[in-house]
Amino acid sequence: MPPTPPITDLEQLKGHPAVARLRGWNSQAVQGVKFDREEMTIYVRRSAIREAAALLRDDPACPFNFLSDITCVDWYPSEPRFEVIYHLLSIPKKERVRLKVKLDSGSPAVESLTPVWPGANYFEREVFDLFGIRFTGHPYLRRIMMPEDWEGYPLRKDYPVEGYR
Amino acid sequence: MAHLAPTPVLEPGQDRTMILNMGPQHPSTHGVLRVLLEIDGETVVRLMPDIGYLHTGIEKTCEAKFYQQVVPLTDRIDYLCPLTNNLCYVLAVEKLLGLEIPPKAQWLRVLLNELTRINSHLVWLGTHAMDIGAMTVFLYCFREREEILKMFEMVAGQRMMTSYFRVGGIALEPPLGFFDRVRDFAGYFPEKVDEYENLLTENPIWGMRTKGVAFLSAEDAIALGATGPTLRASGIDIDLRRDTPYSSYEKFQFKVPVAKEGDVFARYICRVQELRESIGIVRQALDGMPEGPIKADAPHVVLPDREKMKTQMESLIYHFKIITEGFQVPAGEVYQAVESPRGEMGYYIVSDGTAKPYRVHMRSACFANLQTLAKMCEGKLIADVVAAIGSIDIVLGEIDR
Repeated sequence: MPPTPPITDLEQLKGHPAVARLRGWNSQAVQGVKFDREEMTIYVRRSAIREAAALLRDDPACPFNFLSDITCVDWYPSEPRFEVIYHLLSIPKKERVRLKVKLDSGSPAVESLTPVWPGANYFEREVFDLFGIRFTGHPYLRRIMMPEDWEGYPLRKDYPVEGYR
Repeated sequence: MAHLAPTPVLEPGQDRTMILNMGPQHPSTHGVLRVLLEIDGETVVRLMPDIGYLHTGIEKTCEAKFYQQVVPLTDRIDYLCPLTNNLCYVLAVEKLLGLEIPPKAQWLRVLLNELTRINSHLVWLGTHAMDIGAMTVFLYCFREREEILKMFEMVAGQRMMTSYFRVGGIALEPPLGFFDRVRDFAGYFPEKVDEYENLLTENPIWGMRTKGVAFLSAEDAIALGATGPTLRASGIDIDLRRDTPYSSYEKFQFKVPVAKEGDVFARYICRVQELRESIGIVRQALDGMPEGPIKADAPHVVLPDREKMKTQMESLIYHFKIITEGFQVPAGEVYQAVESPRGEMGYYIVSDGTAKPYRVHMRSACFANLQTLAKMCEGKLIADVVAAIGSIDIVLGEIDR
């Protein structure tokens, strides 16, 4: 059974509470949307992510008040190379939404979400450790899984599975 | 992880405080957790967990495997609930593929998942009680756990690393006598839970060590990303089995235990109640077990039966193709979350249309729950750190991956 193609048209999805809220705040914040396999993805402009997250958290109608997860995908060698992915959950409404920020390979950095959710701390440290993404404003951005003196970022696609020998 | 450079060194302030290193080989850290404590006498001023000692790069390894080869890797993340991890992974891949799973396979998955939950909670209860000083409960819990492990061995051939679920269904039919054995267990298990409760719930020493200890407010629990019993014991009523049902959980009746106190005792009560609810789900699954196939009708994904493989040409070809080239998964991404014994276990899988996952990320419940530890312990007594670590039920394999 082939999957139904994803909906990427912003006009069709503007009724979604998170999309409507973000566009109502700043029409430039949302770069794109995708509705695929019953999951909502919103591409957010890099500079807007922290405020967007705080806005969604405090939405009175449908508060996405819980940060489930932060991770990253490396699309090497295409540009923009990195996608930082945030999974939010609305505990009252039991809804999920995925925020994405695209980053170039030059010096990938994005604002930290720790002021919004202190629980972002470990997730961002993990992404920093394994992908080398910097989170500006993070209180303690150091390696968490790998040894302190490890060279390279193991989950990047140009890092061999066996490691450097 | 810090065996070469001295990582998070807490600066001791003006000779009043000292730094105490706890772990990674400390018996009450449930694995290789290292905790740095800054203490002022008996009081914890600051606490900092240091993890990574078990990091094996499973997420990277997954990218080099076919989809079906990832299943055994998922067991090894959390060795106390391998079947929950299997389930979460296969659900995610099935969502990417758009596969329909036959009802019997779904119900078997529910049945085995709840047994896994009981298994995991029994290990938690035993070790947690032993940390605090109640030795007997440990032996009682492991008695029942042994029975569950024997059931796992019956179906999967393995006691711990089960790898029993497959993308598209279940590996094998359960053997004869399995359901009778589970029914037998479901019959006597509630009495055993009474036994544990007789030893602990009303016990004044247990109460003194747990009530009002390691308090976590609901706001802090949400802000720090806590899930599972750790969150529910702080008064937030959320359970993914009920709220975002998967694998037919919507057809089962069960209560979600919630407590308001937010202390170690509340977490204990939540988990013990979950033991009772889980055995209820097991009983419902046994009574309502549908008939029918245990694998989806998708020959390009599901390995054919052994018999068919020996008699039918196409089956042999499919078998050969799946083993040698894997199966292709349409491009896309999914995030699938399930309620593991410790909280929200999530798999985020990105497919680029080939037979190997482009990216597999595991959202581990313990990893986020561990962040609450500092909040629970700072300003409290050092002896309560042990109770707090036990109460969030950490498994370091899952934290470090």
